[in-house]
Amino acid sequence: VYDVVVSGGGMVGSAMAAALGHDVHFREKKILLLEAGPRKATDCLPESYSNRVSSISLGSATLLSSFGAWDHVCSLRFKPFHRMQVWDACSEAMIIFDKNNLEDMGYIVENDVIMAALTKQLDAVSDRVEVLYRSRAVGYTWPFPCHTSDTSPWVKIDLADGRRLETKLLIGADGQNSMVRKAAGIQNIHYQYDQSAVVATLHLSEATDNNVAWQRFLPSGPIALLPLSDTASSLVWSTSHEHASQLLNMDEESFVDTINSAFWSNLHHSDFIDTAGSVFRSAISLLMPSGTAARQLPPSIARVDPKSRAVFPLGMGHATEYVRHRVALIGDAAHRVHPLAGQGVNMGFGDIACLTHHLSTAAFDGKDLGSIKHLLQFETERQRHNLSLMAAIDLLKRLYSTSVAPFVLLRTWGLQTTNALSPVKEQIMAFASK
Amino acid sequence: IYAGDHYGQTFQRGPGGFRENYRKKMHLTSNSARFICLTEMKSSTSTTKRLFNTSHTTVDSKEMKKFQLLAHTWWDEHGVYSALHSLNDIRVPFIRDTLLNISSDHHLGSPLSGVKILDVGCGGGLLSEPLGRLGASVTGIDPLEDNIKIAEQHKSFDPVLVKGVQYKSCSLEEIAEEATETFDVIIASEVVEHMVDLETFIKYCYQVLKPEGSLFITTINKTQLSYILGIVVAERIMGIVPEGTHDWEKFISPEELECLLESNGFLVKTVNGMSYNPLWGLWSWTENTSINYAMHAMKCRVQEQSSSKEPPSETHEEQHTAEASGNTTVGGMIIGKQ
Repeated sequence: VYDVVVSGGGMVGSAMAAALGHDVHFREKKILLLEAGPRKATDCLPESYSNRVSSISLGSATLLSSFGAWDHVCSLRFKPFHRMQVWDACSEAMIIFDKNNLEDMGYIVENDVIMAALTKQLDAVSDRVEVLYRSRAVGYTWPFPCHTSDTSPWVKIDLADGRRLETKLLIGADGQNSMVRKAAGIQNIHYQYDQSAVVATLHLSEATDNNVAWQRFLPSGPIALLPLSDTASSLVWSTSHEHASQLLNMDEESFVDTINSAFWSNLHHSDFIDTAGSVFRSAISLLMPSGTAARQLPPSIARVDPKSRAVFPLGMGHATEYVRHRVALIGDAAHRVHPLAGQGVNMGFGDIACLTHHLSTAAFDGKDLGSIKHLLQFETERQRHNLSLMAAIDLLKRLYSTSVAPFVLLRTWGLQTTNALSPVKEQIMAFASK
Repeated sequence: IYAGDHYGQTFQRGPGGFRENYRKKMHLTSNSARFICLTEMKSSTSTTKRLFNTSHTTVDSKEMKKFQLLAHTWWDEHGVYSALHSLNDIRVPFIRDTLLNISSDHHLGSPLSGVKILDVGCGGGLLSEPLGRLGASVTGIDPLEDNIKIAEQHKSFDPVLVKGVQYKSCSLEEIAEEATETFDVIIASEVVEHMVDLETFIKYCYQVLKPEGSLFITTINKTQLSYILGIVVAERIMGIVPEGTHDWEKFISPEELECLLESNGFLVKTVNGMSYNPLWGLWSWTENTSINYAMHAMKCRVQEQSSSKEPPSETHEEQHTAEASGNTTVGGMIIGKQ
């Protein structure tokens, strides 16, 4: 009988197991991590950057450093950014997020680097955390919520190789198509966006400080350029499915040209909106003469890393419940968002911080780890945070998916106002970096 | 009605599939439980008598009958013992932190390892299990065989508890002889209000405790308020505890209990009030001891020296228990002076 079984050894599942494995009150507990894939090498990192990167918020970095994984990330490869500039393709409106003396706002880290760091930290607690690679759960048997009969009160897990495990608490970190969620019969509200994301590793024309995360809202979807080094950036371009496959198949030179013009072109501007926007902006600057940070221009792209282009569909989803008796869902198993705010994995890491806190307290109080009581506290806390973030992201996605004048005007003024109100921006940043 | 509502909630949360069957099953149980509550007090069956034939005893056979009929509901977190389940939220930290403050070396992840605890009146093992998970070696005793069966069966699925917790169907006096100076800690949580002869009980506690061992008692004060809230409101109006659970005449005030303890070789260290919020089903610590309270006493090293000259307990009341504060000296210093 395990105390905790984590199903799914991705970034969120591995971090969950590592966080529990390093918790003082879990010293005597038995934890198991189930991963369908093979173990990946941790020591050698390829020369070229991976096309799958994550924006890691300060809150997530704090979680990772709480069990020592962040040190490994720092010693491998990561790029801090000090500023975030978001602007509209249909108007001059823009918003800039930064901290007073250009402190780090977040980090762009390759997913492979995070995985390598987590694997190292899992190895460090291998006496408490067992990892089963290439193992797949084929069935779950749930116990009765109230234990009165003489049947086993634990969750039973049937593995593909015929083994049967028992656990006091099962944590589902098995992604957007979570099998744990389905087997537990937890409803998932979800839909596909009419967009796909194109990712690629890009090389800049010339070396710069490259410490700004850029995002421009095109009518077809947001395009983001995230710094990887002084000369390289990562592209995340959400656009229509057809356009995405065009982008994937065009030759490298036209791909680069398309990206540059997506950041620079004023094709979607209209005179009316431009005038309305600039009048509004001068009104704001009259009211608040202290002004706002100056607009910067994104770096121009010279070439794309061969074979780094990839495309994947986008959608959103949310589980109506995160917990049941002896079950908890974290990460994409519980919620899936559009990448436009770079929050996906951060929400997952936020779940981990919260669940680890509640489980650690429960362990120190000698409680049954699978008890619904403290799991419900986790659910309430996280749903409150995740739902509001998801609603905001979905609203932004919809608001910026149009080039109809009234909406453009509305969002132009909204963005300009928000940009002028630094307390509001600070609130947004504080919320997003949790 | 009360019970029915709560079951409804449980089911909505339970993994699907089993829900329907389960609802039917539990509906029966809850009905029968209610039925028992209403009728059992009047019927005196002879079947229960054979269990309580020891002549001189702290066990009240009348009390035992009423608990026997509820034995199967111990582990239903939303059932008749829900208040006892949530009492763990404060009594486990109270016991844990008090013990951690007394001993300086603790083992991370298993804070009570090496501590031998006797849980008197363990019932279904509601308190024995969490203490066992914290690494203590727990012996739970209860005069009711049905309780012990439930407790045994419930722990049997957890290898940690199988190793650390054992149960015995007996009363304290039955093991006192063989268990002299065996335990570091005795816990009598929500049991002394059901006893016949409290002083005899305390004497037996003294006997089985090691020198400087700790005795934890949680019980109900004998005040008008405790009569109104503990019996009239909790039993008759709100049904938080089954009717007939408590007999006000057997309640005891903290002063009286303290007197009894100190004249029998104990030194009272802490008295804390506990209050229950029935709306949220949560317990919290309070200054006010007029309804429920928890007491921690230590066995003095030499019995003769413990007399009425003991320092009053009030001086220790501020030792706060909810969080592990740094006052590790309280226990050691006072004992040392004697």
